Amino acid sequence: MTVVALPGRAALRAGTASVVVRPRAAAVTGLLALIAVAVGCVAVSVGDYVVALPDVLRALVGLGEPGPVLVVQTLRLPRVLTGLLVGAAFGLAGALTQTVTRNPLASPDVVGLTTGASAAAVLALLVGLPVVLPVAAVLGGFVVAALLVALSWRAGFSGPRLVLVGIGLAAAGSALTDYLLVRAEIDDAQRAVVWLTGSLNGRGWEHVRPVALALLVLVPAALALGRGLSTLSLGDDVARALGVRVDRTRLAVVAVAVGLAGVATASAGPVLFVALVAPQVALRLARTPAPPLAASAAAGALLVVAADLVGRTGLSALGTGTELPVGAVTALVGAPVLLWLLRRSVLRRPA
Amino acid sequence: MHSGGSPATTGAPPSPVGAASLSRRRRAAALAGAAVLLALSATVSLAAGSRALPTVDVLRVLVSPDGSDTSVIVRELRLPRTVLGLVVGAALGVAGAQLQGLTRNALADPGLLGVAAGAALAVVATSTVLGVGGLGGQAAAAVLGALGAALAVWLLGGRGRGGTLSLVLAGVAVTALCAAVVRVLVLLDADRLDEYRFWVVGSLAGRDLGVLPSVTPLLVVGVVLAVATARTLDLLSLGDDVAAGLGVDVAWGRAGTALSATLLTAAAVAVAGPLVFVGLVVPHLARALVGPAHRWLLPLSALLGASLLIACDVVGRVVARPAEVQVGIVTALVGAPVLVAVVRRRRVAAA
Repeated sequence: MTVVALPGRAALRAGTASVVVRPRAAAVTGLLALIAVAVGCVAVSVGDYVVALPDVLRALVGLGEPGPVLVVQTLRLPRVLTGLLVGAAFGLAGALTQTVTRNPLASPDVVGLTTGASAAAVLALLVGLPVVLPVAAVLGGFVVAALLVALSWRAGFSGPRLVLVGIGLAAAGSALTDYLLVRAEIDDAQRAVVWLTGSLNGRGWEHVRPVALALLVLVPAALALGRGLSTLSLGDDVARALGVRVDRTRLAVVAVAVGLAGVATASAGPVLFVALVAPQVALRLARTPAPPLAASAAAGALLVVAADLVGRTGLSALGTGTELPVGAVTALVGAPVLLWLLRRSVLRRPA
Repeated sequence: MHSGGSPATTGAPPSPVGAASLSRRRRAAALAGAAVLLALSATVSLAAGSRALPTVDVLRVLVSPDGSDTSVIVRELRLPRTVLGLVVGAALGVAGAQLQGLTRNALADPGLLGVAAGAALAVVATSTVLGVGGLGGQAAAAVLGALGAALAVWLLGGRGRGGTLSLVLAGVAVTALCAAVVRVLVLLDADRLDEYRFWVVGSLAGRDLGVLPSVTPLLVVGVVLAVATARTLDLLSLGDDVAAGLGVDVAWGRAGTALSATLLTAAAVAVAGPLVFVGLVVPHLARALVGPAHRWLLPLSALLGASLLIACDVVGRVVARPAEVQVGIVTALVGAPVLVAVVRRRRVAAA
């Protein structure tokens, strides 16, 4: 086993197998994950009924008085876990699509994957499709993805074409959602709008399980694709010359991203801007050439759980007594970040 | 909006020089044909609906109202929405043609570039936050919002140096931001939702002709500016340097065109809500018929835009009788395939 010295990373080789270690990226991932878990603990502790942090830790393992245990285990923990997992899924999905299109703005929300998932979910919510919501959302995401792939395929894929076709599909998808909203009864419409904004309110263990399962399958898949993906970011021709099956890799990456975005959307609604911002934050912190997958997931988890904490407690601190859905907070916080990113990315790569 | 990238790579309309071969007669025929088409679709719009009326009766009650059911339906319900459809469609068609010429970008559209979303946000914000509900206030808010969004998209999209993708993505980002803020405003004020969901899809139903006086100043100034800058816009398509060399005041030409397109879009949004794709589809059709010279392109875009919007409204009325599909949904479903076709046909520059 030899260690090859390269600036910022080390390649560990053993025979034909090799792995690149980026200490900075690994440290950033660990740090973000740690902060996300810490914020999660705080989120479990605060609320109308405050559970002190030591009690939180005890209640997590089922010790302590029954009151705190009930609040923590049945009310707050599922909500926080859903937030963490959904955020990780969105962050990872965003990192995948941004890398595969080589465009910092090509997140699942922009290219219509989330929109397709939302439209299908609203359909299930309002019309009563004979399938459960997560399945409907994933199916919707895949329908859009299939259209996206079919329509933007023209002797291979081009990143910009993929994005622009996706924008068209997103517009059609949101028109469908708007139509369903108009047709629905006002109460149903209101529920659907809250859901469409992205909300973690009232999430229980039944919302945690599907995301956890999906992450269990899709995270290893994403990491396995990571190598081809980073080669892909060198450009199609270079990647092809290095032996990557460009179109097949791209398809696989899109499929994984759709699965992640669909499941996450099903559990919490389309939490805007997370998939877009998290990978870019991770990229800048880790100083890698493309969004680092693990760090993007950690950043997404942190973003969602922190935004939910702000939305749940921020307004009641102002004395209004209402909750802002997490998607509203990520939109209000994420939008300025997005604008800043846009400016930066435009200035750095005019073209 | 600067002379970066040749028209071939930015997907811009071809320069007017190549169109000299189109005879004057053919262009006049195209205009006349479009006028006939508009008259036809307007007549159908008066006759068709949840209750189909004989054309003869429709024309009779138009000339002499007789108090019958037919008379009431035509004059009170269908005439206003047809007139509004005409105005809105024409405004969006012209604005789309101007934006495509100005940005030399085949995908420019007031809806896609976020101008409509900005106007929509301003309208919703003034009525929910400031409590200003009047029609005049609405129109003023729409103008301010449209101007702000147009400016933001232009700055974010690389000030015209960023190519097709940057500009469109900046538009999508601004649209997403505006939509998210609107959703938050609506969520905080539950009563608004019922009103809002019908407005935001873009609809001509239930709109009163009384909105026309409040947007007339916008339309008049917009049209006057459009006429004044049409010739300049042709010369600008040769590139800023050439245009300046030919004696064009480049800055004035750009500012005047942008202001005109913004005012027309704001007027359309104030009347019908944000409509996507009308401004994208129509100029492409018009350019195919009369070439890219704006003194022909703009009037033809107005006629075709009005016809298209009225036709879409009719389709929405008859397709789900007795219920209605809002016109904004029909235009999105018609426009998305056109967007995809344009993206597939043109060689879109790499971002």
